Amino acid sequence: MWHCWTFDQNPALRSSLGELAVPMLIGMSERGPDSAGLAVFTETLAPAYRKYSLHAGSPEFDWKTLVETLRTHLQPQLNLESHGNHAILTVDLLPDQLKPWLKAHYPHLHLLSSGRTIDLYKETGKPAEVAARYNFRSFQGTHVVGHTRMATESAVTPAHAHPFTAGEDFCLVHNGSLSNPYEIRRKLEPRGIQFETDNDTEAACRFLEWRMREGDDLETAIRQGFEELDGFYTFLMGTSDKLALVRDAFACKPAIVAETDDYVAISSEFRSLAHLPDVKNAHLYEPAPEEMYVWTV
Amino acid sequence: MDSVMDSVTNSTIKADTEMPIVFDLAQTPLREVNRFLHQEISQHNGKSIRILNPDGAHNIAVGVDHEVNIEIAGHTGYYAAGMNQLANVMILGNAGPGVAENMMSGCVQVKGFASVSAGASAQGGLLIIEGNAGLRCGISLKGGDIVVGGSVGSFSAFMAQAGRIVICGDAGDALGDSLYEAVIYVRGKIKSLGADAQIEPMTDADYQTVTELLAQANFPYSSKEFRRVASAKQLYHWNADDNQEY
Repeated sequence: MWHCWTFDQNPALRSSLGELAVPMLIGMSERGPDSAGLAVFTETLAPAYRKYSLHAGSPEFDWKTLVETLRTHLQPQLNLESHGNHAILTVDLLPDQLKPWLKAHYPHLHLLSSGRTIDLYKETGKPAEVAARYNFRSFQGTHVVGHTRMATESAVTPAHAHPFTAGEDFCLVHNGSLSNPYEIRRKLEPRGIQFETDNDTEAACRFLEWRMREGDDLETAIRQGFEELDGFYTFLMGTSDKLALVRDAFACKPAIVAETDDYVAISSEFRSLAHLPDVKNAHLYEPAPEEMYVWTV
Repeated sequence: MDSVMDSVTNSTIKADTEMPIVFDLAQTPLREVNRFLHQEISQHNGKSIRILNPDGAHNIAVGVDHEVNIEIAGHTGYYAAGMNQLANVMILGNAGPGVAENMMSGCVQVKGFASVSAGASAQGGLLIIEGNAGLRCGISLKGGDIVVGGSVGSFSAFMAQAGRIVICGDAGDALGDSLYEAVIYVRGKIKSLGADAQIEPMTDADYQTVTELLAQANFPYSSKEFRRVASAKQLYHWNADDNQEY
């Protein structure tokens, strides 16, 4: 499982974030031909509003009826942009209000992400096909977290694709395999934390989000992760205003960082960064094992 | 081994008088370049090769078996110059994982940093890394020499069997774990030694070895600044009375 992302510090580049990120994603197709996903962090909605990225099993899904039913039942302010089997619902309903409604009326609809800044897309298929289907190139925002997947330990389905999310405006992509995901699950499930897949990465994602919900900041949560998560990993995490990168103590899974005055870009390999503007003059380095790298937007 | 290296290393730095044969990987498939290096290079004796726009591609100039200067103008991906024999390969950038792995002879030089497992299992030749090397540098080294201008990551020289590693900077955790007959020379700090690795006094032969390797790599340090790390050889034989906690 492999990841890539860019993070634009130059506002002019934010409008071409998708253009920069798609070649990074496609450049890692050999490392992950099964599935691809992308989280893009956009402008923040007003506090009463949330964005929900939704995934339906079939491209024939009737989004119009969903909107009408939701309007009838809860009378919210809403906007829904659909793209085949994917849609982003912007609505003045908090997760506590929307999630039970979705579960009751659309139990087969998969909620990919929720928050005030995150949009999330993930799908099985070649990265180039997934990127084209949802027009990733048109995406604008402050930062993206992308992933191309070669499944090693659980099924190839859209739900098993990365990025994984938990809570609001938090996502994680993973290259590696954890050896104690079930131990983590057994710790979290009695606390009411529900899992959607049997994927190891989901355990890491929910563990870190649980720590943050308990009051840890991102850095403290990651430090806890070093103690509790066992196995091989390079993790890349996105929040509404931060990006974080860590590798396990053995650093078996690759990562390379390119920093310029305008952007930070991270990938498993340089070959998916080679197209970036001025990358030849970028500060290039490999993150050290068990070191935390955090960038703030 | 020394005579082979003397004959090849200095020529990597020497400028070519003739025009090189240029391949642009933005235009020419890598497979075509490697096929040329394997099958046609012997018809172009004396010519040097220049490879443009490597852009992190894997397997650049692997398996070359000819005395030729190859210059790669940029960053390489996995296994650059792997299994090298006789060739002098200069990477004018950073190298990805496994640069010069299983090298048999010749010289591979990296101007930037090298990722993990640089020079893994190299049986001969000289690998020069001007920047830092990642984890597991020289893992299972089998007779090649490695000179690193910067520091090396953890688990370097793990189970290294023969050859020399000269580290001008610092070493990470577990340096030389389960070493056999390979010898490591370290100028900077050692975060920790691996199982069965120990610091030993430098002999005149050690000073001479380090001086020669530093000269070949063109690094300006004195051999007097280096310490020798070698195997304590306590793991060479099974000890049934041990508590068997490893």
